[in-house]
Amino acid sequence: MAEMLSGADMLIRALQDEGVEYLFGYPGGASLHIYDAIFKQQKVEHVLVRHEQAATHMADGYARATGQPGVVLVTSGPGATNAITGIATAHMDSTPIVVISGQVPNPQIGTDAFQETDMVGISRPVVKHSFLIREASQIPEVVKRAFYIATTGRPGPVVIDVPKDSTDPNETFEYRYPRKVALRSYNPTLRGHSGQIRKAVRALLAAKRPVIYTGGGVVQGNASADLRELVDRLDYPVTNTLMGLGGFPGTDRRFLGMLGMHGTFEANMAMHHADVIFAVGARFDDRVTNNPDKFCPDATIVHLDVDPASISKIIRADIPIVGPAAAVLREMNQVLESSLDRNPDAIDRDAMADWWNRIRRWRSKHGLDHDQRHRGDSPLLPQQVVQAVYRATSGDAYVTSDVGQHQMFAAQYYKFDEPRRWINSGGLGTMGFGLPAAMGVQFAYPDATVVCITGEGSFMMNMQELSTCMQYALPVKIINLNNAALGMVKQWQDMQYGGRLSHSTYRDALPDFVDLAGSFGHAGFRASSVTELDEVMSEVFSPAYKDKLVFVDACIDPEEHVYPMAIKGGAMDDMVLERQPARA
Amino acid sequence: MSARRIIAVLLENEAGALSRIVGLFAQRNYNIETLTVAPTEDETLSRLTLTTFGDENTIEQITKQLNKLIEVFKVVDLTEGDHLEREIMMVKVRAEGARRPEVKRTADIFRGQIIDVTDNAYTVQLTGPSEKLDAFLRAVDESTVIEAVRSGVSGIGRGDKILSL
Ligand SMILES: Cc1ncc(C[n+]2csc(CCOP(=O)(O)OP(=O)(O)O)c2C)c(N)n1
Ligand SMILES: [Mg+2]
Repeated sequence: MAEMLSGADMLIRALQDEGVEYLFGYPGGASLHIYDAIFKQQKVEHVLVRHEQAATHMADGYARATGQPGVVLVTSGPGATNAITGIATAHMDSTPIVVISGQVPNPQIGTDAFQETDMVGISRPVVKHSFLIREASQIPEVVKRAFYIATTGRPGPVVIDVPKDSTDPNETFEYRYPRKVALRSYNPTLRGHSGQIRKAVRALLAAKRPVIYTGGGVVQGNASADLRELVDRLDYPVTNTLMGLGGFPGTDRRFLGMLGMHGTFEANMAMHHADVIFAVGARFDDRVTNNPDKFCPDATIVHLDVDPASISKIIRADIPIVGPAAAVLREMNQVLESSLDRNPDAIDRDAMADWWNRIRRWRSKHGLDHDQRHRGDSPLLPQQVVQAVYRATSGDAYVTSDVGQHQMFAAQYYKFDEPRRWINSGGLGTMGFGLPAAMGVQFAYPDATVVCITGEGSFMMNMQELSTCMQYALPVKIINLNNAALGMVKQWQDMQYGGRLSHSTYRDALPDFVDLAGSFGHAGFRASSVTELDEVMSEVFSPAYKDKLVFVDACIDPEEHVYPMAIKGGAMDDMVLERQPARA
Repeated sequence: MSARRIIAVLLENEAGALSRIVGLFAQRNYNIETLTVAPTEDETLSRLTLTTFGDENTIEQITKQLNKLIEVFKVVDLTEGDHLEREIMMVKVRAEGARRPEVKRTADIFRGQIIDVTDNAYTVQLTGPSEKLDAFLRAVDESTVIEAVRSGVSGIGRGDKILSL
């Protein structure tokens, strides 16, 4: 006999059956029955956040670090709308999260009831899919489908809107969690087309100036090992998108660094001059391509993606392959192995030697260390801070970030050798993502070093979560690159608006961040020079602070800009490399 | 090259499925000229026909994006092959004095039927490809049209081609 459970109990039980560890949430009227069901069990640990947006970012950070879906519970109305930014963030970066929202009872839907909002409607453009529970009995099946959809194919957020009457504790149903799920209208591709794979391998072998350009799909698709194997066979240069960092080892000699708007000189130059570009799990985002009409004029484009809609959306692919990155790369490796066995000279070694020589010249013309004009001990440069964090963590931390100059400096100067270590909002560019995302990672890996490299502007968008960190003893290390400005906005104003800093500074209205951290019960440090920085770093990452949240307020040079920077409307080789003399 | 396309979509007959399709078009800035939708012979499925304008790339994206929706089974661009299209129109036309027999004659030429009559107007029902309905409106002189309602285009492939599960 199946057990008889209420809708609320079925919901929580279904989460248990999905193996959910944490539920990031915030209660309210419409979700009270569900909260009572949570109270009565121990398997799923609920984490009480301080703002629903942060709950979604925590679930997202958890999902990005582990590959497992993150789960959120919010109430109806304002709870649901507060979650939207986080849902959109997960949607843009294709991360699997399941968001359960309370809803007013079914009979009241559409009556402008207290705290009613059309969650399915308001979230529709930013979800992979959504469900509205009409009857409690649907709950187990819907939960099963939601997790299946969120985690398969191109992953993404799924919303389950749960009207209060369907969680009524007085009505019970036979509970059975479906073992399998089949959706007749949803069948993600599981492997690539063999003919296309052969064609792709031929194109790669024939290349004289190849570049392998990989994105978040390699990280999310667990394809890093297969990518490494491919590169070991070919010895071709690799560049990663902002989302793809760690998909290929950042310290590998074949790594060109990040490409795109703030990518390295050599990555962008190599892309522009390439004759074959192999895009893996990347989507030719405008922050990568610059002007699509001028994009890589000589290149044959081989594009592998799990989402057919990403192929030929911005740049037409000459050889499209639809499929999961790992499965397709594995097959490519097999084809490549037999091709190279048959003909070890299939790769034009002379052409490759020339190509690497050109790349080395670009690298020496403008490596990333160019602009670290050593201006003595102070002011402290943001690049120096990121490098210090890299050294202090032996390059082995989980690093989350926010949005702005600090994010770009972190992406440029922290070298990620493993996937899922670099966690940032690349697609939506959500300020306020960094701290809650770091918390989600720390929940997943309590013993890991988790660093949030943020800016004071972004940090203040979700700093209430310092209180949650105290409640759950999360030892996140926050590195605040404090330039007392919305630095990235200021950089654009410096460069394109004649230095008119319209509302990008705070006029001395910033809090004392060290005191602020202290008032939440955490440790705070300040560093304004290289000497101070070194001292602070050796403390922060010492065993003494292993179990404590530490906030480092790094007061950096407010005038520093991020370079290289793509020239708007240009090709990939159009970059500003350093600060231009001020124009009259 | 931008051209008119007729796209047929087979989808789950579920609350909310239609709004995802309409939302997709709005969100991605694709245009919809006409849209019709009704359940099929299998009542768990709906079939939707829409007409849109776009170049090759846009239509390719529209098809792919539609296919990505979880509740969508199949998407076909009917204009890629031989197909039939029909639209139905009911139009109230002023028909007084000498114009009365003329409206009747024009309706006959277009194989329309007069389905309602008042002292000064006829209501004509017409079926055919959209161009034929447009031509009728021009033929009766648009200034005499009091009210017109069109169903939007429905389409089906010719011959053995079918759109099913
Ligand atoms: C929620 C949100 N609002 C506005 C923006 C636009 N924006 C991008 S970067 C930036 C400045 C960020 O300032 P800070 O966090 O201090 O970083 P910095 O650039 O100074 O390193 C702003 C306002 C955004 N990305 N997200
Ligand atoms: Mg700042």
